[in-house]
Parts: sequence; C-alpha cells; structure tokens
Amino acid sequence: MSDQDRRDERPPGAGELEPRAEAPPPGDPIPDPGLPEEFPRPSDVDPALERRYERQVAGMFGLATLLTLGFCVAYFAVPEDQTLFGFDALNFTLGMTLGGALLLIGLGAVQWARQLMHNEEIDEHRHSIASSEEDRAAALAITTTSAAESGLGRRTMIRNSLFGALGVLGLPTVILLRDLGPLPTDESLRTTVWTKGMRVVNDVAGTPIRPEDLELGQLVNAEPAVLVPTGDPEQDEEIGVLHGVELLNAKAKAAVILVRIDPQEITPPAGREDWDVAGILCYSKICTHVGCPISLWEQQTHNVLCPCHQSTFDLADGGKVTFGPAHRPLPQLQLGVDAEGYLIAMGDFQEQVGPSYPELGRD
Amino acid sequence: MRFPLIRRGALRRVSAWRRHRLAGLAVVLVALTAIGGAYATLSPESAEADNSQSDLVEEGRQLFLVGCSSCHGLNGEGVLAGDTDRNYGPSLVGVGAAAVDFQVGTGRMPMAAPGPQAPQKKVVYTDEEIEALAAYVASLGPGPAIPDEEYTDISGLSQEELTEGGEFFRTNCTACHNSVGAGGALPSGRFAPSLHGVEPKHIYEAMLTGPQQMPVFSDAVITPEDKRAIIGYIKSVEEQPDHGGFSLGGFGPVSEGVVVFLVGMAALVAATIWITSHGSRVTNVSKRSSDREADR
Repeated sequence: MSDQDRRDERPPGAGELEPRAEAPPPGDPIPDPGLPEEFPRPSDVDPALERRYERQVAGMFGLATLLTLGFCVAYFAVPEDQTLFGFDALNFTLGMTLGGALLLIGLGAVQWARQLMHNEEIDEHRHSIASSEEDRAAALAITTTSAAESGLGRRTMIRNSLFGALGVLGLPTVILLRDLGPLPTDESLRTTVWTKGMRVVNDVAGTPIRPEDLELGQLVNAEPAVLVPTGDPEQDEEIGVLHGVELLNAKAKAAVILVRIDPQEITPPAGREDWDVAGILCYSKICTHVGCPISLWEQQTHNVLCPCHQSTFDLADGGKVTFGPAHRPLPQLQLGVDAEGYLIAMGDFQEQVGPSYPELGRD
Repeated sequence: MRFPLIRRGALRRVSAWRRHRLAGLAVVLVALTAIGGAYATLSPESAEADNSQSDLVEEGRQLFLVGCSSCHGLNGEGVLAGDTDRNYGPSLVGVGAAAVDFQVGTGRMPMAAPGPQAPQKKVVYTDEEIEALAAYVASLGPGPAIPDEEYTDISGLSQEELTEGGEFFRTNCTACHNSVGAGGALPSGRFAPSLHGVEPKHIYEAMLTGPQQMPVFSDAVITPEDKRAIIGYIKSVEEQPDHGGFSLGGFGPVSEGVVVFLVGMAALVAATIWITSHGSRVTNVSKRSSDREADR
C-alpha cells in the first residue's frame, strides 16, 4: 500500500498535519507529517493576472528573437576596430545580443513554468531499477535465438576473421601513441647544447655579450649562441644554429640568466670560486621544482624567484634554495671570456637542469 | 728698414723704451689682456654655459641639502645605520642624472617613510628643481645621463619594431611586470609596479638604472633602439581596448577566478533559488479541498 493511497483514505476535512492513525514503526519516533496543504497561485484564480504573465513570457521570447536577429546584423554591421564603452564594439554587441537572447529564452521558460503551466505537487516513490521477470526472460530468449540464427557458433571462419579484424583495429592507436615516445634517456636529460667555448648571447637579439656590457645589478636573459638565429643565414651556418623541433627541445634545457653581483657579496660553493667573470654569474633559467622559466630577480637581495610556486634561489650563494618547494640548487654554468672578449661557457652544466623527479639522483 | 712717415727721433724713443727693464713685463701684461679679452669676446656662449651649469649644480646642492641630505648624507655619500651594512639612504655617487630624474620625477623620492619599497606618489619638485638635483647628483660621479629624447619618443614605430619590442618585453620584463605590464607581487611587501601611465622617459630610466630591486638593463645589452621598441610595445598594449570584456586589472586567473567564483556562483545560486522557490499563494482558497469538491 503506497503513501498516496493511504493519504486518500483519510477522512475529508482532516488536517494535513494530523498524525497518522496507526502507530509509528519502531525506531521512527517522529510521525510522518504528510504533505502541507496546497494553495493556488494568484495567476490560477485571477484571469487578468494570467493574461499579464502570458504577455510577459511571450514578450521575453519576442525580445530574444529580436536580439538573435540583432546578433546577425551586428556580425556584419559593426566594424572590427571600434570601441563601445571602452570595450571592443564587435565583441560587446555580439556577446550582449546572443547572451541576452539565451538569457531571455531561459527566463521566459522558467516564468512560464512557474506562473502558467499546470501546477500540482505530487510525490513519486522510488522503485527497483531492474526490469520485471517477464521482460528479462524475453530479452534472454531473443539473445539466445539471435546467436543461434546468426550461426556465430557454427560458422567459425567468419567469427574468427571478424575477431581478427576487430583486434587489428587496436594497432593504429598503438602506432599513433608511439610518437609520444621515446622515453628520454639519461643522456638527453643530463646534457644540454652548452659546450666549452660556446658564446653566451642575448636572448631575442642574439648579440654576444662582453663582461663590460654588464653593470652591477644587471640581469640578462641569455641563450647559447646556437639557439638564437642572427637573421644572417651565412652567420647562422657558421655558428651552427639549430632549427625547428631540435631548437625548441634544446632551448627547453639550455636557457640561462646572467647576473652581475658585487664580487664581495658572492660566496661561491667549494670548487666554484672561479666560475664567475668579475662578479658575472650564469645560472640555468629553468626552475628545479617543476621547470618553469625563472627570471624574476631582485638585484639587492640576489634572490631569483619562480612565479609558479615561489621557489627562491640565492644567486650570490651558489643558487641555494632559500624558500619554496624546490629542493635542488639552481644549476650554475662556468663562465669564461674568449679571445675576442666575449662571454663563453666553459663546458656543460655539471648538474642536471630542469625539473626534479623521484628517480633523479638515484644511480 | 725704413719708415719714411715716422721721424727718426720718434723711432729712437721707441727703441729706448724697448730697452727699459720693465718692458718685458709690460709686453706680457698687454698680451695676456689681449688674449683674455679675445677669448671672452670670441667664446661668450661657452663661458655663460659653464656659469649656468655650475649655477644649476649649486642650486641642486642647495635643494639636496634641504630635501635629501638627511638620508643620503651632506655630500650624497649615504648614511649608514650604526655599524651595520644597512643604510638609511644609499650613496648617490655614480647613480647619474637618470636615477634622479626617475626617482624624483615619479615621486618615489623623497621617501615619505621607511618601508620595504619607495612607492610612486605625488611629485613634490618642479621640473626645473629636478633638473638641478639631477645636475648636482651627476656632478658627484659619472653615471647614466637622462636619455636622449630620440629614444623616448615612441611615435612612428613600425609594426615590425613593435613586434620585436614585444619579444624583448616578454623575455625580460613579464616575469615581474606581468604580460600586460599590470605589475606583480614580490616577497616581503615589495612589488613590481604597474607600467600603465608611466612616461616613456621614466620607463627608459628605470631600465637604465635599475631602481630598488629591479635589475639593470644596460644600453650595451638592450640597445637604446630596443628600449624604444619595448616602450612602444608597452604603450601599444596599454592603448588596446579590452577585447575580452573587463580586464579586471589584467592579473589573469587570480582576479578572473575570484570574480567568476563569487559573481558566477552567486548568480547560479540566485537563479536556483528563484526557479525552485514556492512563489506567492492565495491562502484563502484551499486548492486540494476545492479539487476534492470538484471530484465529488
């Protein structure tokens, strides 16, 4: 017996909040209050109001139509480089018309349902999701019959060749996903394009840098010479400038920053006493936490900060981590000066550049 | 040699003066007066300029003594805080006119109170006074000069130059100043200021002198032409209309996320409440009982 039936059995006129006649089941000390009494909406009893709501909803739909047409007109009519209230006029009108149309259709639909559609509260009860016993038996019978009639068990050649065809369909996926590899080797992760004698050049401009070009407190975003095309094909050939994917892959590891610090303020780690040129130090630009490019340098504190997770490295102190989630110092590149007086690398990085991962350093 | 128009007696008299023992001194005096007079007559401009330059330095020194010396020392040598390395005001020897023009011209100096960073505020000196202060500080030691107007006038930059300026900007500036130059936070209460509304000359001087925590970007590495392109790019970004609607300061996901969460969520909650609300009812007519009457 459902609740619906039970409620209908109640004597007419009985208060809706009156407790049920029968005793509540054990463990349910609060009696079921039933549904509250339902009253009609103003629009149900006042025909004038009903007409007003009808006009209101129809008005919203009508306005939505106009706005949509306005969108079509604006798309062609509004020039591209015009501003409206400080905004881009085209984007503004397109957004306002189409957005307004969608909003009005939604508002109209809700208002229609709230004020005009038939309004009666009902309660529905949950039931078992499974189909009835008869339906399940019928479905099983159809499946069995179909399997027998298609001859899937009898014509094994067709069946097996179909299975073969479907199985081979997995191959294209494997082939396409293969290009995500190969897995990086220790060699490709540990080394960069920096070699002894390679010039350090200004990023973007590609100009080589002399130590006297840098003043105290200066920061230079730099690259190895082979990663910045000079714009002159012959010169590029001579330097051996890389191109395409090769250049991008190399750049992801080889970008550096140069900073000039008062030599008296530098405390080099043991073995790196002569890695600077007159206070000019060179560090990897790739954060050792998860590999963001970092060049947010405070010249007075000598700290370089990573904008992603606030890892902070003291460049006057061997790139030591002073704050944040990174736990490896920023790799340093030994600098020298070539015969023409330009800054060069004295070799590749000694530590691995780039982000850290669990296997790093577990040889 | 004969001088027919001059009588012999007169010549003899001149010869006699020539042998006078003060003649040498007289000739030297006359020559010196002539040279001095000729120099003053022939090069009046440079002499006046020298005078006005030293006047300017002196005027700057007077202003400096009143407005700056309490922190930077009576001769701009800086004032140390006790025996520490810290100072009340750093030495200004060698900072150059560009540093003065930037710091005083943007109102950062004189500083109103000690703090993590000197913020931009109302400029308290006139242009002439700033010029005098710059001249005085420049006289303390060689340093970067105020940039030539050729490189701070950004009109007439080609699209190609603006594009290259953008590349330099993204490589060198965005780490601190944000991708549209809106500025950003630094540790310990410091910040990289917004570049919007900053005069081209001051942007140039900031790159040249590296004020406070900002690194130096010398003319030897970022050339004056590159700097002009960078400034042009900053200004072109500033002038662009907001194609995507409200820029919300240009701070990206932080401000946009906050607004989407607070405004967007609030709008969704309000819409849900409206859709599911019960609405007004006419309570003097019971619908259910009237339905029952009808059913019966």
